[in-house]
Amino acid sequence: MKKDLLSIDDLTTEEIHLVLDTAEAMREIGQRPIKKVPTLRGKTIVNLFYEPSTRTRTSFEIAEKRLSADTLNIAVAASSVLKGETLVDTALNIEAMAPDMIVVRHASSGAGHLLSRICRSRVINAGDGMHEHPTQALLDAFTIREHKQRIAGLKVTIVGDLLHSRVLRSNVLLLTRLGAEVCVSGPPTFVPAGIERFGVRVSPRVDEAVEGADVIMMLRIQQERMQGAFIPSLREYFTTFGMTPARVARAKPDVIIMHPGPMNRGVEIASEVADGPYSVILEQVANGVAVRMAVLYLLAGGTEAD
Amino acid sequence: MPVVLDADRISRSLTRIAHEILERNRGVDELALVGIRTRGVPLARRLAKIIGDVSRHEVPTGALDITLYRDDLMRTAVGAQPLIRKTEIPFSIDDKRILLVDDVLYTGRTIRAALDALIEFGRPKAIQLIVLVDRGHRELPIKADYVGKNIPTSLSQSVQVRLSEIDGRDEVEIQES
Repeated sequence: MKKDLLSIDDLTTEEIHLVLDTAEAMREIGQRPIKKVPTLRGKTIVNLFYEPSTRTRTSFEIAEKRLSADTLNIAVAASSVLKGETLVDTALNIEAMAPDMIVVRHASSGAGHLLSRICRSRVINAGDGMHEHPTQALLDAFTIREHKQRIAGLKVTIVGDLLHSRVLRSNVLLLTRLGAEVCVSGPPTFVPAGIERFGVRVSPRVDEAVEGADVIMMLRIQQERMQGAFIPSLREYFTTFGMTPARVARAKPDVIIMHPGPMNRGVEIASEVADGPYSVILEQVANGVAVRMAVLYLLAGGTEAD
Repeated sequence: MPVVLDADRISRSLTRIAHEILERNRGVDELALVGIRTRGVPLARRLAKIIGDVSRHEVPTGALDITLYRDDLMRTAVGAQPLIRKTEIPFSIDDKRILLVDDVLYTGRTIRAALDALIEFGRPKAIQLIVLVDRGHRELPIKADYVGKNIPTSLSQSVQVRLSEIDGRDEVEIQES
């Protein structure tokens, strides 16, 4: 493994499979009466979150604690960042206290790469702006593999706000690498220019995009990142692109519906679909802990450079 | 390099151990076998089969991966992490007599890790240790309750256990390294 996990491209295809296989073993720990192993005893992990997060931060923290690491969370709202400290200065100060790993989420794309260059600690990108969210893609792949026993050859349709989504970028890199056929759909204002170059098919009509899909992945409408009018109204968006039972019916009979959360019910996904029999949304959350344990364990070892 | 146990000797050793287990534990109701990955697992399954044939009782059998409990993890910052495999103990170990199975007993560090791992699954009534080969050179105060064969070795030698389930044939060989 490389020193840091900033992008899916930091992992070889073999390492991706290694993460997924290791996560399989890690999941069992969460089913024990005592959900803890001593593996990362004495390691300090800092969770540095510059953006609000429930799932990812909790998931990392549970994963860290199950591996016996000492964890601390820096919630930016209660930190020196409010006094005007820059990301680099905050990072250097944390680094001076010699943690072993830093898990970082930031609204700016490339924040993880910046920390990676100035920190000796291992850096895990837990979401950087509109760029990447590699552990989310890994847990999505884990969930798909669990249901379909494979990823190669599956038709995966990703619908929603493609432009602002780091989950999309990491998933496209990962799923195309593992041989899935990825189709994306969304309003033209949400389709990034040149996305076809990543090996995905763009389908402007969602009804056509979900036709015969093995997996449907919904993306959240990220109103906090939108500068300008991307969609006429949330209601119109739901009518045109929202995942309804009628649209799900066009996919394969054993389709699974995924969503990285948090969901906007009635905007990108109908409640009947989110809570319906095809939904694996809460399994994704459960799998997130096992996948993050696997990443933490594997990164704690030696690097290629050593 | 000398083969110290062939398929026939391995089979007879396991049969003898199975009978010793039954003799020492008077009844099989509380027994459960847990094999340490990798080669302790097929050995545990074979013992379960022999005990089952003799006593007409099925003994629950599980598999334990001790990698996350190793005392040499994270000690060197070199090389990739050891592979983790699944621990599968599909029964409660509370108040059971656990028969822990491994292929070779050497420093005792694997067994130390296995004891730590097992205790996290519950509180067994007792844990007994079964090994196919005891090669000596203990670094911890650990002793096997049932031994297939004691094989005196030097530190420069290595003991290779091959089992048909994994390696295609049954034999124990000593190699000079």
